[in-house]
Amino acid sequence: MTTISQPAVPVKSPTRRGSWSRRAPLLPALVITLVLTQIPFALTIWYSLQHWNLLNPGHKGFAGLDNFRTTFGDDTFWKAIKNTVVLTGGATIASMLVGLVLAMLLQKKFPGRGIARTLAITPFFVMPVAVTLFWRSAMFDPSFGLLGWLTDSVGLPRVNWLSEQSMLSIIMITSWRWTPFAMLVLLAGLQALPDDQLEAARVDGANWWQQFRNVVLPHLRPFLELTALLLSMNIIQTFGEIALLTAGGPAFGTTNITYYVYLRAFNSFDFGTASAYGLVTLVLTIALALPALRLLSGIFQKEGRR
Amino acid sequence: MTATALHPSEKKTVSPGPHNRPRRRRRRPANDQASWPVAVLGWLGSLVLFSPIAYMLLKSFQTETDAASPSPKLVFHPTLEHYRSTFQAGFWAYAGNSIVVAVVSTILVLLLATPAAYALSVRPVRKTQDVLFFFISTKMMPVAAGIIPIYVVAQHLHLLNTVVVLLILHLGMNLPLAVWMIRSFLQEVPGEVLEAAAIDGAGRIRIMRSIVLPLVRPGLWSTALLCCVFSWNEYFYAVNLTTTTSTLPLFMQKFLSFGELYTAQVAAVATVVSIPVVILGWVCQRSLVRGLLFGAVK
Repeated sequence: MTTISQPAVPVKSPTRRGSWSRRAPLLPALVITLVLTQIPFALTIWYSLQHWNLLNPGHKGFAGLDNFRTTFGDDTFWKAIKNTVVLTGGATIASMLVGLVLAMLLQKKFPGRGIARTLAITPFFVMPVAVTLFWRSAMFDPSFGLLGWLTDSVGLPRVNWLSEQSMLSIIMITSWRWTPFAMLVLLAGLQALPDDQLEAARVDGANWWQQFRNVVLPHLRPFLELTALLLSMNIIQTFGEIALLTAGGPAFGTTNITYYVYLRAFNSFDFGTASAYGLVTLVLTIALALPALRLLSGIFQKEGRR
Repeated sequence: MTATALHPSEKKTVSPGPHNRPRRRRRRPANDQASWPVAVLGWLGSLVLFSPIAYMLLKSFQTETDAASPSPKLVFHPTLEHYRSTFQAGFWAYAGNSIVVAVVSTILVLLLATPAAYALSVRPVRKTQDVLFFFISTKMMPVAAGIIPIYVVAQHLHLLNTVVVLLILHLGMNLPLAVWMIRSFLQEVPGEVLEAAAIDGAGRIRIMRSIVLPLVRPGLWSTALLCCVFSWNEYFYAVNLTTTTSTLPLFMQKFLSFGELYTAQVAAVATVVSIPVVILGWVCQRSLVRGLLFGAVK
């Protein structure tokens, strides 16, 4: 192994000493992330193989695959998975669509644009638990809620949002919260669009829709992918809204996997099965997320070449 | 737009050169003025998104009787009664915890993530892709999947119902995102600038301090802002691992029991607990937009 004095500029084949001094800054973050994510993960695997119910302390010991049999045979678990897909997909798509429209509107200069944008991004910053409780009593409530008053004003029948349209309610409040974030990323994307391309399209006589389809949309693609990824990653973890609005009901109709594992662990105190649920959830999430991760890795490759 | 997407498995390094220089963004010309329908729709959309918050502000100043009217009441005698009772209900203890957790965890995240991101971008280590992949993949883990061991370990370490456990977990929660974001900001620093500095004899730390960090400052701000917001608003760990010594989402939750009846009170508490991050967000929105633009993708 050749030893060269510290290279002044990055070189392609680092010496051993060089490569260590390069890796050192990475280590603290890497070690902490490893410890905080992989130890719980390893322990979850271990617990999932145990009988361990706090309400039944006598029955403790190795369970083999019992907990997994329970998990796979549990209809509610599959329902929770379905709900997770509906909620995550619905809220992600809704946030992206509204966010895109709003970003396109706010991209152009008009009087008070700064204030309009400031107002539009506010739902992203307010505390979710707080606004969820407020929505529950002031927006969704069948007799006092603003939504009821709105449907009355346009002559529609009153809806008892949280019990009749529970999933829609949760998708609504979740999209409301994440739309500003989508808008911000997409606005950033639109502002990075080089003018000459639109100019060229305009000169060629392309109408608004053609400009949008052939210039804006292809340019926005990586931003749309990134938005979809960040939104779904966050919305899949939705917990507070469900806990506070519907408590997963009615009939587990709004229970997503996060909330279901929580119910198993902290309501039935069945740590063994809850761990199995958690583990299966993890594997399924990763299976669903792998295509998304591959996509992201594509983005890395594109922007990472230098 | 470069159309050459490489397959992830192709570990291809392209030496820095003029053709790889980040494209310079041009100022937009004056024809960017919105026509009036666009302006009206833009305002309308923003107001619709904001309206629940405006409604919340309005209700927080009403008496419960006014707040309980079935149609929105716009004319009323404002009262500060609910704000007063919010502060009397033990607000400051929770607020203090929230501030400590959000600020300390964000500072730690930045201190740890910046060098890591630097190692992964300006001076890439081998297997950079794999490490980045690992970081982002931890964000895919459902929080519920790890909560039981975290609960058990925290119990053994006597960390349940403490600020420390939240601080550590928020650090773990935000670190991967921060590494990933800051790295993408660092990618924007042109290689030539660094080479020039190195040729001029600047050391690694000096390059970092006087060239790299100032260039990525908006990116660091937007990362810090996002970490702060996520930490301030985090509910799942708080509700599962703490009871009395906790952060503001749990203080908020105390009002759950009478949420249905006391709309105005809920509105006032919700306003108070949200205000700090909302103001922070408003102040930093420029750096957030710039940061996301800067680093997201080119």
